[in-house]
Amino acid sequence: MDSVGIVSYGAYIPRYRIKVDEIAETWGEDGDSIRKSLWVFEKSVPDIDEDTVTIAVEAARSAIGRREIDPLRIGAIYTGSESHPYVVKPTSTIVAEAIGATPLLTAADFEFACKGGTAAIQACMGLVGSGMIDLGLAIGSDVAQGAPGDALEYTAAAGGVALVIGRSELAAEIEATYSLTTDMPDFWRRDGMPYPEHGGRFTGEPAYFRHIIGAAQGLMEKTSTTPGDYDYVVLHQPNGKFPMRAARMLGFTERQLGPGFVVPHLGNTYSGSAMMGLAAVLDLAEPGERILMASFGSGAGSDAFLVRVLDEIRELREKAPSVSELLKDPTYVSYATYARHKGKMKM
Amino acid sequence: MTVPRFWRKLKHRYNLLGTHCTTCETYYYPPRKICPKCRRRGEIEPHRFKGEGKLLTYTIIQNPPEKITAHAPYVLGIVELDEGPRLTSQIICSPEEAEIGMRVRSVFRKIGEESAEGMIYYGTKFVKL
Ligand SMILES: [Zn+2]
Repeated sequence: MDSVGIVSYGAYIPRYRIKVDEIAETWGEDGDSIRKSLWVFEKSVPDIDEDTVTIAVEAARSAIGRREIDPLRIGAIYTGSESHPYVVKPTSTIVAEAIGATPLLTAADFEFACKGGTAAIQACMGLVGSGMIDLGLAIGSDVAQGAPGDALEYTAAAGGVALVIGRSELAAEIEATYSLTTDMPDFWRRDGMPYPEHGGRFTGEPAYFRHIIGAAQGLMEKTSTTPGDYDYVVLHQPNGKFPMRAARMLGFTERQLGPGFVVPHLGNTYSGSAMMGLAAVLDLAEPGERILMASFGSGAGSDAFLVRVLDEIRELREKAPSVSELLKDPTYVSYATYARHKGKMKM
Repeated sequence: MTVPRFWRKLKHRYNLLGTHCTTCETYYYPPRKICPKCRRRGEIEPHRFKGEGKLLTYTIIQNPPEKITAHAPYVLGIVELDEGPRLTSQIICSPEEAEIGMRVRSVFRKIGEESAEGMIYYGTKFVKL
């Protein structure tokens, strides 16, 4: 297979935030201890007229605009999300129309809890690498839902990232990918139910840690690399504590984790989580540097990637908003406003 | 709005696709097939607007119509695109932030929905630049 990789990328984060303390106060919980146990201080909140589709479109437009890519070159669009607004009717067709990529392309929506977006990257790598298409667009976008008062409510956030995958004009090469998948009942949402259910403590050890560490270690074995060969590590960030611990267990330092560690002021953007960390690293990485990214999706599985940054990355700088710019100057909302934005209360 | 009616105009709602008369350099949104100034001399080509412009005037809506995805009160404005055409759109900002002449840029948002079971209408709104 020819070398494949990232031609361009774009991210989107809504401008609203809610502080963990504000949610805790509503439910009579101790905000201080929740902040410390989760290592999350605030999370993004979608506007009333934003959803997975609008976030996916904004991220996709940012990726295309960053490099003035002709949208008609895109031969596949896959959007990974666990909050597609329609159960039947794809998000990806709306994205395709909104970026002007129709009608000559294939499209579908992916769902694998928080790793639908990285599964989309792999599908695009295959289509691009085999020469079936010129460019592929892989998107991870979510407006994550946590039931009012549930532990997930402190972290369930909104955001999305789009990657344009191609064979030439690469800004970063994806040198290898490695996946691990098992059937794991750690987290689910049945059809027609508004909020997910989770297996409590079960979500940590056998689910997140086993899969993400297994995939990251498998990738390093396959590529004969060690943590010392990487400049950055990006892991799925359901909260701050999990990736910090997993990075340590894998032998990575805080310095390698830091630049892509976006969760403390963003929350868990689900399908956008690991990809948002990757986008934040691409915003500042230098040619020649190496990134290990590993996503995690409940159910469960992990996709790990070895990404090597190339000279072309310099052409992409400041052509679209960076993740740190998107995180800057948020508008803070009260719990009442937040509940209205998320449709948790009838007005 | 009916589903077929929305679908017919969907491309122009998503993307600010209009037309441009190369004879008199006038831009049209919504698109026109014939330039009213040049008539038969007019050469019309499709044009994708950049989506940047300024707020010409606005009003504050206290009671939004049903099926519209917006918090009351919200800002409804007339935007003049940099290429010239004017259109009415919701402006995403608080009523206190709205200012005549302010620069705006188009974004992709939910406009409304038929019902909890019905179709979701997406389209273009504007945010402060
Ligand atoms: Zn004319």
